[in-house]
Amino acid sequence: MILGVFSSFIAALLLWFSGKSLKHKLCWLIMLLPASLFIYFASFLVKMEGAKVITYVYKWVPSMGVNLSFRMDGLALLFLLLITGIGTLVYLYTSNYLKNHPLLIRFYTYLSLFMGSMIGLVLSDNIITLFIFWELTSISSFFLIGFNNNDAASRKSALTALAVTGFGGLALLGFGVYAYFLTGTTSINEMIGYSEMFENGISGMILLGFIAIAAFTKSAQFPLHFWLPGAMKAPTPVSTYLHSATMVKAGIYLLLRFTPHFELNPYWSPILTTVGAITMLYAAFHTLFRKDLKGILAYSTISALGILVFLIGIGTTASLTAAFVFIIVHALYKAALFLITGIIDHQTKTRDLSQLSGLRKIMWPTAIAGFIVAISSAGIPPTLGFVGKDLIYEATDYTILFTTVAVLTNCLLVYAGFATGIKPFVGKLPEKLSAVKPPSRTLWIPAFLLAVLSVVFGLFPSLLGNIVQTSLYAVGDVSFVKLKLWHGFNGILLLSMVTIIGGFALYYFWKISIQKESWISKFEKISPQTLFVKTAVGFEVIAYKWTRIAQNGHLRNYVLIIVLALIAALGYHIIEDNASYLSNFTLTPMSWNEIAVVGIMFFAIVFSVFARSRLSAIVGLGVVGYTMCFIFVFFSAPDLAMTQFTIDTLTVILFVLVLYRLPPYLKFSNTPIRIRDGLVALVLGGFITLIALEVMDESPVRSAADFYAENSYLLAKGKNVVNVILVDFRGLDTFIEIIVLSIAAIGVFGLLKLRLKKEDK
Amino acid sequence: MKSIILKSASNYLLPLLLLFSVFVLLRGHYLPGGGFIGGLIASIAFVLHAFANGLKNTRFLLRIHPGFFIPAGLLLSLLSGLAPMWFDLPFLTGIWMDNPIPVIGMVGSALFFDTGVFLVVVGVSLTIIFTISESA
Repeated sequence: MILGVFSSFIAALLLWFSGKSLKHKLCWLIMLLPASLFIYFASFLVKMEGAKVITYVYKWVPSMGVNLSFRMDGLALLFLLLITGIGTLVYLYTSNYLKNHPLLIRFYTYLSLFMGSMIGLVLSDNIITLFIFWELTSISSFFLIGFNNNDAASRKSALTALAVTGFGGLALLGFGVYAYFLTGTTSINEMIGYSEMFENGISGMILLGFIAIAAFTKSAQFPLHFWLPGAMKAPTPVSTYLHSATMVKAGIYLLLRFTPHFELNPYWSPILTTVGAITMLYAAFHTLFRKDLKGILAYSTISALGILVFLIGIGTTASLTAAFVFIIVHALYKAALFLITGIIDHQTKTRDLSQLSGLRKIMWPTAIAGFIVAISSAGIPPTLGFVGKDLIYEATDYTILFTTVAVLTNCLLVYAGFATGIKPFVGKLPEKLSAVKPPSRTLWIPAFLLAVLSVVFGLFPSLLGNIVQTSLYAVGDVSFVKLKLWHGFNGILLLSMVTIIGGFALYYFWKISIQKESWISKFEKISPQTLFVKTAVGFEVIAYKWTRIAQNGHLRNYVLIIVLALIAALGYHIIEDNASYLSNFTLTPMSWNEIAVVGIMFFAIVFSVFARSRLSAIVGLGVVGYTMCFIFVFFSAPDLAMTQFTIDTLTVILFVLVLYRLPPYLKFSNTPIRIRDGLVALVLGGFITLIALEVMDESPVRSAADFYAENSYLLAKGKNVVNVILVDFRGLDTFIEIIVLSIAAIGVFGLLKLRLKKEDK
Repeated sequence: MKSIILKSASNYLLPLLLLFSVFVLLRGHYLPGGGFIGGLIASIAFVLHAFANGLKNTRFLLRIHPGFFIPAGLLLSLLSGLAPMWFDLPFLTGIWMDNPIPVIGMVGSALFFDTGVFLVVVGVSLTIIFTISESA
């Protein structure tokens, strides 16, 4: 099992380092990786007979409860088969689609990285590892969207996608940490036992909010859907694999996985059905206004994801069954449509719907595949789409609102399927496209295979009975379901008829044009995407302005800001504390030598403040430091005194070295600024004095000091407690400190030795 | 700084101060002192030498760049921390020899750790001071 999860990562590493040495002609062999994983996971179909669950636990960071625990159940298996199955076809397809691309190997690296993360994601039972794999899918998606990295639009889309899904990732982390805090376990399965935490009260609300944000960003739900159409800038195999069949379904997976936890949460169902319904209708409506084939597919994918969220929200046995079947239906037909679009794009170099027609004469196998998947997406028998759509209508249970929304969405999706799967192939072949060459076999076979599967599963839906049954069990539903193609003459069949006729009419009468496309783009101004981009730009502007204020490169300003911040923090404490200690402290009488030392110190300070040259100011500061040593000596802290003495010596030397070469005193600051600085310094000094008095007043907590004093000889064989603390009790701190010192030295060395030329600065 | 007195004095002061710094390092476990202070004293010794005889001569005296003391010290501290793990004890546990060695006194992993601190402090302060004085 662990090999099943990590083989893709290992493959990604190997591919990365094999670099150019791998012959591009042999690239299709990489397909063996997902293919063998598919066979391996398919073998679980037999092992999982009934409702068994197989778990594997590997200790990773046991002290923090982070274990590599993998849990194979029906839900995981369903996704695994989709990931590896469609992965196999996409790997094969890519070997031809990106033939002779200089970065083909890198592409496979990213693709394998993604596949591995996705496998890990659906198998993780530990919420922390789930989060890690979740983030890895976002990152690999970022790389794949920006694969054409010399195209500015690709880079921008990749960043948008990363920002949105990364935000969702944060929410997932918040969910994991909070759920762990509440339940004391990191195991998702064990959390079901604490389902009262997920159900009501504040904790239920917060957890639901977190998980909803995570799932809605990943699965592109309104109003966070806008990254997905942008993500279509990626090469078509990526759109097929990540942004239609698998990665975007990770959010759906998450919702399904936590269905048992939230089942009784009163807000779970309303939120999911509302968001799902809005998304499915909104996105399906948008398909009408897209000319780009991939644009239509992007919006119809969002719509399909909306349907899934909607079905999970309803939460009945019928709706969950419908969700599982629809996941398979959608993966089969949408992946095929994407692959077909890729073929058209690859051969004709255009995806403009208004320019494409009559391609059946050139690529008839592709046309057949397109026709089949189009009728599957429209839900016409005998395809699996028909089974799926029937189940959806059954799930809506004839409630007027739900059923209307579902029928409307499906009408529009019928149009989208026909427009992408049939429209390019029918009609007259335009002059321009007559020179187009037929696609090679490796391109059309994957799409054709998916189309065949749509029909086979449609004719024999019982083939899927086992996997749907175990998936249903995995989400806590023990009912028995039976999938059928033909349900007899009933209301659902009528709704199906209405849908198909409506969709067909739309397809027949609606002709996409530039006017329509530009009409919808008028609404861009108020779209969530624009708001998101504006917020992002706003952050940038604020960050820039703030940096100009706080980090302007003048040391005196940095010092001023640090001191002011300190004053604010201390001042808050002092005011809040109402200074009771001021009334009841007693001063010990001062001895003559203390008075002398403090007197010297005072004069040295005054001298350095009003000094006419830098050198004398530094000498004054040095004197202050040395008198401080005396004070340490008086109060029996010889270690501190020695350190202070040596440090002061070195500091003075450093200052002299630096300032020796500078021009004699220039008046940097005028009198008002000097007065301001003086005031700031005085206030800080006063505050520190108050704090010192407060420390004196507080009954000292001696336990730590006593422990060190008692044990320093017994445990660490040292009589000098300070040194024993440094090298033994707190040895790790000291070690980290000397590392920090080293970094500082390297920094100084690097800054001064790296004498940049003027133009490089 | 051209001063014959300082120049001749520094020739005697350098070994004396270095000896003192080692003394401070060794006594650290029982009496005031330790690697940090010892390291600072040692670097002051070299800085004094550099003031009197010029940076070039001090560099010649050191043979190697002071920066090399940094990794050496870090490595020594790390190894002294790792050593107890050989005896199945946690990282940085103090282990000690049973009997004191003449002149040096009790020897334990903490002493090596402190020596590492000493070296790092010498390396860091000399690197910073030398680099700044060269580029000033």
